[in-house]
Amino acid sequence: MKRIYALEEWCIDCKRCEVACKVFHSKSKDPVKAFLYEQPKPRNRVRVEGNRTLSIAINCRHCPTAKCVEGCISGAMTRNPETGVVTSNPEKCVGCRTCVSMCPFGAVTIEEGPTHPIAFKCDLCGDELGVPGSPSCVAACPNRALIYVESEGN
Amino acid sequence: MVRSLRKLPRRKICENEGSHPMLETKGPREGQVRIPSGCAIAAIMDRTGGRHDGGDILKSIALMHDRSNGLGGGFAAYGIYPEYKELYAFHIMYESREARAETEAYLDKYFMSEKQERIPTEPVAAIKNPPDIWRYFVAPHPMRLANSGLDEAEYTMQHVFHINGKIDGAFVASSGKNMGAFKGVGYPEDIGEFYRIQDYDAWAWTAHGRFPTNTPGWWGGAHPFTLLNWSVVHNGEISSYDANRRYVEQFGYDCELQTDTEVITYLFDLLARRHGFSQETAAHIMAAPSWEDIDRMPPEEAAYQTALRTVYSSALVNGPFSIIIGSDEGLLALNDRLKLRALMAAEKGPMVYLASEQAAIEIVCPDAENVRSIEGGQPFVVQLDSVVAAKARESAENCPAREKPFRHEVEVHPRRKERAHA
Amino acid sequence: MLDYVLPRYRVMRDKDLCIQCGVCERSCSNEVHHVDEELGRVTANNAACVNCQRCVVMCPTQALAITRWPQVDSGSSNWTLETMQDIAKQAQTGAVLLSSMGNPKPYPIYWDHLLLNASQVTNPSIDPLREPMETRVFLGSRPEILKVNERDEKLSAPLPPQIRLDVPLMFSAMSFGSISLNAQKALAMAARELGTFFNTGEGGLHRDLERYADCAIVQVASGRFGVDPHYLGAAGAIEIKIGQGAKPGIGGHLPGEKISEEVSRTRMIPQGTDAISPAPHHDIYSIEDLRQLVFSLKEATGYSKPVAVKVAAVHNVAAIASGMARAGADIIVIDGFRGGTGAAPKRIRDNVGIPIELALAAVDQRLRDESIRSTVSLVAAGSIRSSADIVRAIALGADAVYCASAPLIALGCHQCQDCSSGKCNWGIATQRSDLVRRLNPEIAAERVVNLVHGWTHEIKEMMGGMGINAVDSLRGNRLMLRGVGLNEKELEILGVKYAGE
Repeated sequence: MKRIYALEEWCIDCKRCEVACKVFHSKSKDPVKAFLYEQPKPRNRVRVEGNRTLSIAINCRHCPTAKCVEGCISGAMTRNPETGVVTSNPEKCVGCRTCVSMCPFGAVTIEEGPTHPIAFKCDLCGDELGVPGSPSCVAACPNRALIYVESEGN
Repeated sequence: MVRSLRKLPRRKICENEGSHPMLETKGPREGQVRIPSGCAIAAIMDRTGGRHDGGDILKSIALMHDRSNGLGGGFAAYGIYPEYKELYAFHIMYESREARAETEAYLDKYFMSEKQERIPTEPVAAIKNPPDIWRYFVAPHPMRLANSGLDEAEYTMQHVFHINGKIDGAFVASSGKNMGAFKGVGYPEDIGEFYRIQDYDAWAWTAHGRFPTNTPGWWGGAHPFTLLNWSVVHNGEISSYDANRRYVEQFGYDCELQTDTEVITYLFDLLARRHGFSQETAAHIMAAPSWEDIDRMPPEEAAYQTALRTVYSSALVNGPFSIIIGSDEGLLALNDRLKLRALMAAEKGPMVYLASEQAAIEIVCPDAENVRSIEGGQPFVVQLDSVVAAKARESAENCPAREKPFRHEVEVHPRRKERAHA
Repeated sequence: MLDYVLPRYRVMRDKDLCIQCGVCERSCSNEVHHVDEELGRVTANNAACVNCQRCVVMCPTQALAITRWPQVDSGSSNWTLETMQDIAKQAQTGAVLLSSMGNPKPYPIYWDHLLLNASQVTNPSIDPLREPMETRVFLGSRPEILKVNERDEKLSAPLPPQIRLDVPLMFSAMSFGSISLNAQKALAMAARELGTFFNTGEGGLHRDLERYADCAIVQVASGRFGVDPHYLGAAGAIEIKIGQGAKPGIGGHLPGEKISEEVSRTRMIPQGTDAISPAPHHDIYSIEDLRQLVFSLKEATGYSKPVAVKVAAVHNVAAIASGMARAGADIIVIDGFRGGTGAAPKRIRDNVGIPIELALAAVDQRLRDESIRSTVSLVAAGSIRSSADIVRAIALGADAVYCASAPLIALGCHQCQDCSSGKCNWGIATQRSDLVRRLNPEIAAERVVNLVHGWTHEIKEMMGGMGINAVDSLRGNRLMLRGVGLNEKELEILGVKYAGE
């Protein structure tokens, strides 16, 4: 499957990926509304760690044997067997944080949901069923520090 | 009063003639501006050197009447003066008595004249206001030639340039040996009749009918354009004109007339006479193979072609053209690389025919063989059998003129020491 | 002491569009923007802004624009705001004013007064999509007469070394040190892809770029930085830099803080020391000295590659160029006064030298007058802005052109003229690792290749329109140009006719 890889050599800590991700995952898809007006606040699923001299974007690797899916106690975290995309169903998530602690990449975060804190993670800008779209973080990166490429392991 | 023709910006060409409205108009003449032209060209040659009169070439060029517009026509003929074949035959047009006096004084100073006479002409209704046309059979003045440090050809060429550039109202129409140009303002068939070209026997004839977009109406501007033994008839408008002009002007050629034919002649003279290339290689340089073709060649051949293109990059002639170049060796026909102009060739026994249109060949040789179109960028060379035999014995290395001993020195005086030529 | 210098620019932030994402703050090495959590808005330190426009391009909502500082001038056309600000700066610091890039003053741009020809009726235009359209040129010296064996199709003597360009354009000298390694690498990659050359400038050839050495022209300048047999041997051609259009008569000075470990290794000088290129070469005080250096370099490389000599376009450039040809230069490079630089004294940049158009025309004509034009190659440099400028330069007489500002603009440069600060936000004119990283050479090379491909298509279209299918026939073809808005003298020097003539 195609996965997103982050290249620290070219990451410049601008965080345009975060902005794009948040906008894509908003209701309005409009940056001004997404950042300033929408409630609940849209959440970005990619985040840049580090500082100006060394930084990298952290996002989900959609592992073939995903620890977050293994550990999920409510059946919210699933992996689409055909596309390989791992998604979290906000309706089922109870916010137990098992996935957060099991993810080797720190790619899952728990943030405020409609009723209680729930898990947020990258869905490759696809739908809830795990069909990938074209990742908006990759498109927004000015320096090709995020690449979306075919990789081994389905 | 001497009318300064090249210098006058405007001149009424025909003062008492109302029948040709185009000739009535005033405009700059050749040399003052660049005048694009379309044309008809034709040539006939006997490879064995057998001579024949101007009847066929006249018929051939007359058929292409519509390709010219009455503003220029002419012929070049090789082998017409066998009795004076060692002398330069100057055909000179005069527009005034003063011009003739001045020119003849000049010739007297620099040349020894064996014979001079008015070229016989026939009154033709359509030919108006012809200049006074003379011919001179001359040899360079031996002392002046020796003192000039030039070879005979270079010496003669410099003096032809002087007459054409500096003497108002005089124009050297041709200056080769055993050849001559007959040209003027009018349709080529009328010009041929005017000059009585049927009275001359030549082993090669070339002809030109001109369709200038402007109204130069000047006899000197008609074609063929000649220099020494070269004569060039040309159809086209080359887009590389100024690149070629500025290249040859580095080497003492003065492009007075601003015509394509003139610059092509100079390029040929530079490459073939001065740089010592065969005419075929000279033509090959002017219509060089494309880089695409060169890239497909074996490395050695590619290196050879690359070197020719690199060194002679400014001699590449671009834009549409078909030319026939006459010389003492024979004829050479060349089309531009993209074949943007028509030019046909045909053969019959020792005879070779070239013309802008196939019909112009068939009218004089209905059963011509090997009728074909000249390929773009592929020189078509016809040489006298005697020249072919002589070339086969010569070295295939080009020997530039400046590295050859001067003929007049080798033959008349003891040969100078090598350093004198360096 | 109170600083009288005013800000030059002002950040315009559309508060309706600003989402306070902080991209601008993180993008600015001059620390202009600041997301103020307390105020709940983004503030700007206008005085620090250099108008590089990185933030404008990076802002996800197009909330930013940079304008001039709205301060009116004194009302005098003589004492303009800029003139007075320059005085204020010098009154504050007592220093020479430094600036960068090319001469920005409103001198005439002759390119814009030269119009191109096209074929109509008497001569067909050529469609580059149907017919071959040749842009290949070779640079090097040539014999006036080639000696060959026509039957064997062999050369009687080998041709002097040539470099082959598939497009009549090369990237001008910019050293590693003045620009980042990523910028130089991008140009090297683009040169390889395009079949042309980049120029190392006087900064040596970084080991990472050695695999592009065959596309490199290596420079030997007055500081001799990075020059050793390996450097000379690796390159496609060698260029002796006598002068530069942006600062004729002036040497170079790369301050010690820019001499990082890598720059130090490549230039072969100690880390942290100033790299000073003297104004003259101290072994060239006359034309015969130049000949010695040209032939020393040819000897050092076994006569295997052409040696170029580059001079700034100055008043007697035609005579100088002729002397260079006679001193053995295979390629003559003339750099006009609008050529760029990483740093130059402002007064020099703005007041010394002459326009490339006039210099080029004069040099080409002089070499022709002396019958040596076709034995040497001529390259024009100094602000070639578009394909049309290339066509004009070749028609005036150049074999090829050097471009640097245009490819840098393709890389992101916005001509803010602040290269010398070393804080280039586009990762070009800087050695700061966080900034250098901003220029991914892969993207940068693609952008330069795209630019040159676009230009090449345009050159082919223009040549086709003129009925010319090889760049050879455009060279020196001044009939393809007509002047507008020029006086008789300018037309005479340019060797072109007026439009309508």
